[in-house]
Amino acid sequence: MDKLNTQNWNCNRDENNFIWLTLDKAGSKINSLNVEILEELLYLLQNIQTTASVAGLVIQSAKHNNFIAGADIEQFNHLETPDAALNIIQQGQSVFKVLADLPYPTVALIQGHCLGGGFELALACRYRVAIEDPKTQFGLPEVKLGIHPGWGGTVRLPRLIGGLKALELIISGRALTAPSAYKMGIVDAVVPLRQAHRAVNHFLLNRPKVRVATWVDRITNLPVIRPILGAWLERKIAMKVNRAHYPAPFAAVLNWIENDIRAEEAFAYEANSISQLMMTDTSRNLVRVFYLQEKLKNYGKIDAATFNHVHVVGAGTMGGDIAAWCALKGIRTTLQDQNVQIMAAAFARALDLFKKHLKEPHQVKAAMDRLMPDPNGYGIRNADLIIEAIVEKIDAKKALFAVLAREAKKEAIFATNTSTIPLEQLSADPKVLARLIGLHFFNPVAKMPLVEVITSDIHDSEVTQKGMAFIRTIEKLPLPVKSAPGFLVNRILMPYLLESIWLIESGIPPTAIDKAAEAFGMPMGPIELIDTIGLDVCLYGAESLRASLGGTIPQTVKTLVEAGHLGKKTNQGFYTYKNGKVIKQTIDKHYRLPEDVTDRLILSMVNSAMACLGEKIIPDRDCLDAGMIFGTGFPPFRGGLMNFVAESGEPLLLQKLNLLAQRYGERFTANSGWNVVNGS
Amino acid sequence: MQKNKRNVYIVDGARTPFIKALGKANPLSASDLAVAAAAPLLARQSFKPTDIDEVIAGCVGPAVEEANIARIIALRLGCGEKVTGWTVQRNCASGLQALECAALNIAHGRSELVLAGGTECMSRSPLLYQNDMAAWLSVFQTQKGIAKKLKNWLKFRPHFLIPVVSLLKGLTDPVVNLTMGQTAENVAYQFGISRAEMDAYAALSHQKAIAAHKNGHLDERIALFDWRGNVITQDTGVREDSTLEKLGTLKPVFDKPFGSVTAGNSSQITDGAAFLILASEAAVKQYQLPVLGKIVDTVWSGLDPAAMGLGPVHAIQKLLALHQFSTDDIDYWEINEAFAAQVIACLKAFEDEQFMRKHFNVPGAMGRIPMENVNVDGGAISIGHPVGASGARIVLHLLQVLKRNQAKRGVASLCIGGGQGGAMLIEHVSEIV
Repeated sequence: MDKLNTQNWNCNRDENNFIWLTLDKAGSKINSLNVEILEELLYLLQNIQTTASVAGLVIQSAKHNNFIAGADIEQFNHLETPDAALNIIQQGQSVFKVLADLPYPTVALIQGHCLGGGFELALACRYRVAIEDPKTQFGLPEVKLGIHPGWGGTVRLPRLIGGLKALELIISGRALTAPSAYKMGIVDAVVPLRQAHRAVNHFLLNRPKVRVATWVDRITNLPVIRPILGAWLERKIAMKVNRAHYPAPFAAVLNWIENDIRAEEAFAYEANSISQLMMTDTSRNLVRVFYLQEKLKNYGKIDAATFNHVHVVGAGTMGGDIAAWCALKGIRTTLQDQNVQIMAAAFARALDLFKKHLKEPHQVKAAMDRLMPDPNGYGIRNADLIIEAIVEKIDAKKALFAVLAREAKKEAIFATNTSTIPLEQLSADPKVLARLIGLHFFNPVAKMPLVEVITSDIHDSEVTQKGMAFIRTIEKLPLPVKSAPGFLVNRILMPYLLESIWLIESGIPPTAIDKAAEAFGMPMGPIELIDTIGLDVCLYGAESLRASLGGTIPQTVKTLVEAGHLGKKTNQGFYTYKNGKVIKQTIDKHYRLPEDVTDRLILSMVNSAMACLGEKIIPDRDCLDAGMIFGTGFPPFRGGLMNFVAESGEPLLLQKLNLLAQRYGERFTANSGWNVVNGS
Repeated sequence: MQKNKRNVYIVDGARTPFIKALGKANPLSASDLAVAAAAPLLARQSFKPTDIDEVIAGCVGPAVEEANIARIIALRLGCGEKVTGWTVQRNCASGLQALECAALNIAHGRSELVLAGGTECMSRSPLLYQNDMAAWLSVFQTQKGIAKKLKNWLKFRPHFLIPVVSLLKGLTDPVVNLTMGQTAENVAYQFGISRAEMDAYAALSHQKAIAAHKNGHLDERIALFDWRGNVITQDTGVREDSTLEKLGTLKPVFDKPFGSVTAGNSSQITDGAAFLILASEAAVKQYQLPVLGKIVDTVWSGLDPAAMGLGPVHAIQKLLALHQFSTDDIDYWEINEAFAAQVIACLKAFEDEQFMRKHFNVPGAMGRIPMENVNVDGGAISIGHPVGASGARIVLHLLQVLKRNQAKRGVASLCIGGGQGGAMLIEHVSEIV
């Protein structure tokens, strides 16, 4: 019994007769729970149960920066029926029950991510000791996969901290730092690594009273209170997401209202509920989104290059925010602009960013020290990567790259954040072009995870690899895109935005158009999006796309730009804004939206997506879907634009498109991409 | 003085614009200001911050969280854990002291490459509790029991709450119980300097600083970002409207109401930082560094604290005597403008036979220091006087003046509260032969 190792668990008994179970998932950098690991855990627990003189149990992780990141998503992929799902759920629940019912104290010693199933395992222990570390985080992110916790999380967490606080964590899926988890009553102690063993021994030897919910928190679990709080929570969720699109958080609240979590039956209820959710399209598509994210992450091999110093030229919204983000992520960054006032504004935004993301003042200061104001461009000589984010004027950019070519070190890579100018036109010097890539960030930089990495025949693939490694280094998602007008995201998004203006010109109220798009699942309607981006920016983008791809631009947008109505930033665009808030006219009750409005909007995107695939601008359909989800917020529950196409049926959509072409003209003419994609 | 010692070169230097304190605490601390000046300075060098041997900073009043501020600056600049940092304090000459310490270590072969200078954030000078208040508060921590604590409440006196203004205390000599301004009144009295002379000097200081800015002669400044949306590119204490008439309307602040030293003819309470890179000949060659000049020697002198403003006279006399130079051998001078009265008094003293005989046991006057060669681009009265940084600023600027005028020798000198003077002899060198 002293040594009872399994493939994934190490089991040791110490001089106090405490058993130390250490999870070290074979062949993996991180720990995640699967059937095998849980079976082994059950086997070990059963052995320990029958061993005399055992006085306590500790569960910990052998992985660096990671306790248990959650359940292994892989195993849920192939579940065909609710019963198959129920089996897996019940297995986990029963193992955790054995753990929870052990007659002696148990401690989860946690360093690094403690998420999902890992968190539920920790909740089944009597005590939780967290080790001080920024990576130590607690959370139940299941809703992000279209489900809710299933291994007792929706029961044990409300028992521990009360229903209201627990559900807030479950429906948001947000992660807590160790100190926040302590304040909430989730962990029993937060200690530095050097005190971890003493803390564990304290709990196992002295067996202090377990933390219980305060009386205020306990009240929230009472049968008379639950429906009231539950209804309030449901309203809160409904303000953010549509129940039809995202059922999981609503299900979590409903389970809690209808069941007394103090009773054992609550576990069975939870298991049934999650098994149903696992079968929904939403859940399958959200799991797909998770894999799309992993796919993009894998494009960037962090080992491909190290970036000690990044120099950014141009301190406008994009350049300034890119520089701040690099500094936030630990890279020494120099920011250059001819206009020191613009730089001053960029540094004020950077400080806000640092304060928002970094908890401790000394970390904020360290980030500030990493971001150096550099009006004279001293950073150029030492930078590993130089990002150009100046005005979209070809001559200015050319002149800049000529300077960079003279001053930068030989190994340095150049990048441009241009969204309209083809890479090949930015320099006449083949040596410059060979080391130049596009890094197309999206606004706002801090919120948008996607970066299009623009590749072209003029540079070698090693430069592309390094560019993608950089994007991973700063924890963004790289999407390789061929240099082509509008790249991927803008190429697909622009026809959709323009279509919304055509709709206005045909007399449909903007509010109704936005409502239709939001009903489809778009996070923000196209008209409001245009206002937010700025009509001038949109017009500029549309003009430059038209220059290479043809087409027409609705007059309305030009008229508004000429009148100075540029959108949210001028308080007047298609909508009026007051104190930064949009004022939307209400639609008449009797108004009936033409039934092809949603088709017109979505098929505009689909048609240009087909063109992108036909021109092989991105490697495959998955990349296209990833680009749209992480670059535009295309509804994740739909699994991406091409996933929507596949689910709707391609022939049907083509039929609809042809119909639209008859009605509205050639902008809906199916492009050659449809044939290529279907033929391939 | 540095026979058999290695040469010490000044390679480059930079400072922040100096910011007049206006009653509101600067969002940037003394170490923030130092980093703002030194980070760009290091970024334009051919060596890495980790190649430096040590960082030496002068700072009279670092914030409570900035003990040994030089080490904090070194770490924040990315010099790495192996580069040491130490802080020096010689009141108004702390920045000069830092340069001298760096020069000595290079001369003796202990260092090759040193970042040295000074920083001060006077607008952040704290208000302190009096000792009575601290003693009264400490009882609550040491005495147990409610009865004892209640009893202690009875011992409270309202005057405990009167704060100690650390800035004022710092500018008062505790030995002779005179404020710095009063010592300036002393030397004005001693040399018969009128209010009009002082104000004229002050107005000239502003005019020179304005002209220097217009002519691009203050290029050692680096734009300072406050991270709150503002950028400062000029010294904010310099005023176009500091005319003789306007200065004449100000009231005396130290000897009220009959004195003549006013806020207008004194140096300003200011925030700022100035740093220089000093290198041995070996380091200059190794990294192929450009050279601005050479530190030849530094001397310090003591004198009556009540006449501390004459410190430069004592230091310069000693320095010139040691090198057997006359005032004519020096091309340009920086004499820190603590007070207009004090600078004028120094110049008068050099020409005063009686004064020279009495203090230095020399046969007569030392010679004239022509006013037009002193502080040619303004001084602390217009630009400001962040006490820890000024010494470094005047050396850095003197090098620019020598270079601009193709001149050879310069002396930078400061008076020091407590009754001292410091003077550094530098030479313009453009390359090492």
